[in-house]
Amino acid sequence: MSDNVKTPSLDQTPRLRPGYRFQWEPAQKAHVLLYPEGMVKLNDSASEILKLVDGERKVADIIDTLKARFPAAADIDEDILGFLETAHAQFWIQFT
Amino acid sequence: MHNSGFSLPEPIQGPPLWLLAELTYKCPLQCPYCSNPLDFAGHGEELTTAEWVTVFKQAREMGAAQLGFSGGEPLVRQDLAALIGEARNLGYYTNLITSGIGLTEKKIAAFKDAGLDHIQISFQASDAEVNNLLAGSQKAFDQKLKMARAVKAHGYPMVLNFVTHRHNIDQIDRIIELCIALEADAVELATCQFYGWAELNRAGLLPSRAQLERAERITNEYRDKLAAEGHHCKLIFVTPDYYEERPKPCMGGWGSLFLSVTPDGTALPCHSARQLPIKFPNVREHSLQHIWYDSFGFNRFRGDDWMPEPCRSCDEKERDFGGCRCQAYLLTGDASQADPVCAKSAHHDVILAAREEAETSTLAIDQLSFRNDRTSRLICKG
Repeated sequence: MSDNVKTPSLDQTPRLRPGYRFQWEPAQKAHVLLYPEGMVKLNDSASEILKLVDGERKVADIIDTLKARFPAAADIDEDILGFLETAHAQFWIQFT
Repeated sequence: MHNSGFSLPEPIQGPPLWLLAELTYKCPLQCPYCSNPLDFAGHGEELTTAEWVTVFKQAREMGAAQLGFSGGEPLVRQDLAALIGEARNLGYYTNLITSGIGLTEKKIAAFKDAGLDHIQISFQASDAEVNNLLAGSQKAFDQKLKMARAVKAHGYPMVLNFVTHRHNIDQIDRIIELCIALEADAVELATCQFYGWAELNRAGLLPSRAQLERAERITNEYRDKLAAEGHHCKLIFVTPDYYEERPKPCMGGWGSLFLSVTPDGTALPCHSARQLPIKFPNVREHSLQHIWYDSFGFNRFRGDDWMPEPCRSCDEKERDFGGCRCQAYLLTGDASQADPVCAKSAHHDVILAAREEAETSTLAIDQLSFRNDRTSRLICKG
């Protein structure tokens, strides 16, 4: 049941852990992550990353897509990897 | 609006994010720490399917995202799958909070089809004998084990809930081992909170300080072990506030995030609030919009204008909101008092006395008042 990964590598594919749901909440004007009896309100960057976490895109694809979308953002690679590492440590996502 | 002078703007009240639907007070178990009201047997007609759906729609429009189906035992409701389906379609994250009694593989599959997101099963102990004694049922434990396995087999995330107290807390290592073996995603090791039936049975339930400290230490050892293995099972240890020096920030603040609707449609800011001497609004008579933002009951303890000393001048009032209104009422007779758990409360001696009692209590499980219709009716009449 455990996948004991630390920093994600570029060829890994993240997906939401079963039972986790990512959705837009109009009342909170934010994306949230819903899970058993809990909810995390996400900021814009976390939301942009999680929109691409679909169990198909590799980490490298996610970085490329966001780089193309936000060409002015500096160090976007590190931010994305950092977020995915945190999301994994929080058990929000799994890697395959 | 009037324009004489000016007043500071009121903090803007956000929407309810959590809706707890207590579908029924009926339950096949008789747990002596049940949080349902003591006089549940005397309460009114249950809401119909259509009435519940209206509640779900209104709360969802306001912003509620988490929905808990609870009770009593929600499986008693024959329309549960339909209610789950409606809620899921509205966009809720749907949680079934059940004892597992009355659950079948067929229902687990049907709920999945309806869109149920998560199942929480409560256990009374880690072994059949104590579990069944507490539940007041001979077959409860085996059924729970079977259903916990089936829940995982159907791909649900599963939280197991153990209400701990002086009769089972010493088995905490076995409880945790059992939860790991059942592949629980999270375990709530929730020491009894003393409301409803638990308050009635407090002397027979409150663990001693030594019991509690041992349980917390063992839980921490398991946490370290699980973390080292990269295991995702999360252990949530809820300390009984009777051993704290400061009160809990109950419900994240009165009428702040949480909205509970009882079987007969009474709307409450927390599931224990019904025991307060406040007339709470009913969803049959008012919209949730009115209930949440405008009703007397939901506004009664918002903000801090209601606070007397020692809360009023306390620099921690924004952190804990003076603690729990129900506990203040139960222990002092006045719901606006500081929660006596707080060492600053003039009534803190009640808590100290309860702790002392826990050192010497000899009450056995079979001496507790079990939560059932017969006892409840006696309490109603009393």
